[in-house]
Amino acid sequence: MSGRSSMLEPLAVFGEVVVESFAMAFKPWRFRFGDFLLAFQRAAFDGLPISIGIGFLLGLILAFQSAAALRTFGVESYVAALLAIGLFRELGPIITAILLAGRSGSAFAAEIGTMKVDEELDALTTMGLPPVRFLVMPRMAAAILAMPILTIFVELAGLVGGAIVLRMMNIPFAVFWNNAAENTTVFMILFGLAKSAFFGLLIGLVGCCAGMRTKSTADGVGVSATAAVVGGIVAIAVADGIIAVICYFWGI
Amino acid sequence: MADPIIELKGVDAGYGREVILKDVTFSIDRGEIFILLGGSGCGKSTIMKHMIGLNPVLAGELTIDGQPWTAKTRDSLFRKIGVMYQSGALFGSMTCLENVLLPLQEFSSLGRKARLEKARSLLSDVELLDAADKMPSEISGGMRKRVAIARAMALDPEVVFLDEPSAGLDPITSSSLDDLILRLRREKGMTFVVVTHELPSIYKIADRCAMFDKARRSMIAIGRPSDLRDGSDDPFVRKFFNRGEVSDGE
Repeated sequence: MSGRSSMLEPLAVFGEVVVESFAMAFKPWRFRFGDFLLAFQRAAFDGLPISIGIGFLLGLILAFQSAAALRTFGVESYVAALLAIGLFRELGPIITAILLAGRSGSAFAAEIGTMKVDEELDALTTMGLPPVRFLVMPRMAAAILAMPILTIFVELAGLVGGAIVLRMMNIPFAVFWNNAAENTTVFMILFGLAKSAFFGLLIGLVGCCAGMRTKSTADGVGVSATAAVVGGIVAIAVADGIIAVICYFWGI
Repeated sequence: MADPIIELKGVDAGYGREVILKDVTFSIDRGEIFILLGGSGCGKSTIMKHMIGLNPVLAGELTIDGQPWTAKTRDSLFRKIGVMYQSGALFGSMTCLENVLLPLQEFSSLGRKARLEKARSLLSDVELLDAADKMPSEISGGMRKRVAIARAMALDPEVVFLDEPSAGLDPITSSSLDDLILRLRREKGMTFVVVTHELPSIYKIADRCAMFDKARRSMIAIGRPSDLRDGSDDPFVRKFFNRGEVSDGE
């Protein structure tokens, strides 16, 4: 990995992941399924309570803020539409991604960084075992799979939060759900979930690369964990911007 | 007749553009216990990292069993070497037995039962069969190094590299590790390359040693430890063997 710049390294590692994935298609037993399950449990299940909590509060706050403005025009029931479209298309994937980058991206970097400092990466290499297959692929796969699952929970919790606020404003649940459903399409939901899976790939990649770049200094692992969070959030924001521009021109 | 398994010819050792050792030339014979010796920061671990294929040499030629480290030879050369790192570098999420099993699962053609038997036999060789189901965090530093040696030998390599096996160990544990190295060489006929600056270990196990000096950035002596101690005119070598300690940059 030496000699690669920090900008190009994720691309190089991603290239290795693609090559290893093709090789693994013929030898699926080489996938570290146990490591994947552990990473998935930590990313998805352990992250579920905080994701639901944040999603609920997000829906609550958005509903309060938008209801105040829409009430002026007497259309506060459209808060449901605003929430559904906002959560499914944009806020659900991006808030979940920021949470995952903070929780799991940093954890990936710290785990791999500690292994690097303890020479475990060198040990893998001299055993002829590619660190990318052993360490990066299970974590990336876990992040890719965890993201859509967490996103669904964030979105549903957000809608529940919004529904409770509107119920307090005397708008029945049924009206809220009907309004939300009328303004939501299956494509919109699937598009948001696909985007969240892509964000998961970015978080896994950036987190693992930060770990593999860890230096053997007192603050090495901490620096890598910080780099994983910052790099992950920047990567998500840039990717989301690019996707938004593409969607605008394609009329999606 | 000498039968070299590792040869270095005019090797410049270092990282990136930083040259730590210049023009290093020596060879290591099959079945030998060879020590890379010198003060802290002299480049002995750097030379070892070149030998085990982690870093490319900056200049010169380095071959293992007649083959240089290239993209084509990399995989086959990794099969010929086993490495014990200074910290042991055991995988913390696996038991001691699983650590030893890992290279066997990945590369051995043995069946599942035979692999398990071999891993247990390797742990028995390093007298740690009792610790097979323990996690690395549950055993002592000396035990971790023994497990790491067992893992390094799993695929019957031709050369085993040991990076500072005595570091951080008490004299009794260190001496028992030396006994283990001598016994494994006697029983399995492997070549051992050991990075250390522990004089008692050097006298006990070394067939030959190469000595490096940070200030001169070069290999300054090679030979049997007793010959270097008694016959060298080099003030650095004399000081090292007489006092046993050399400070950085001396």
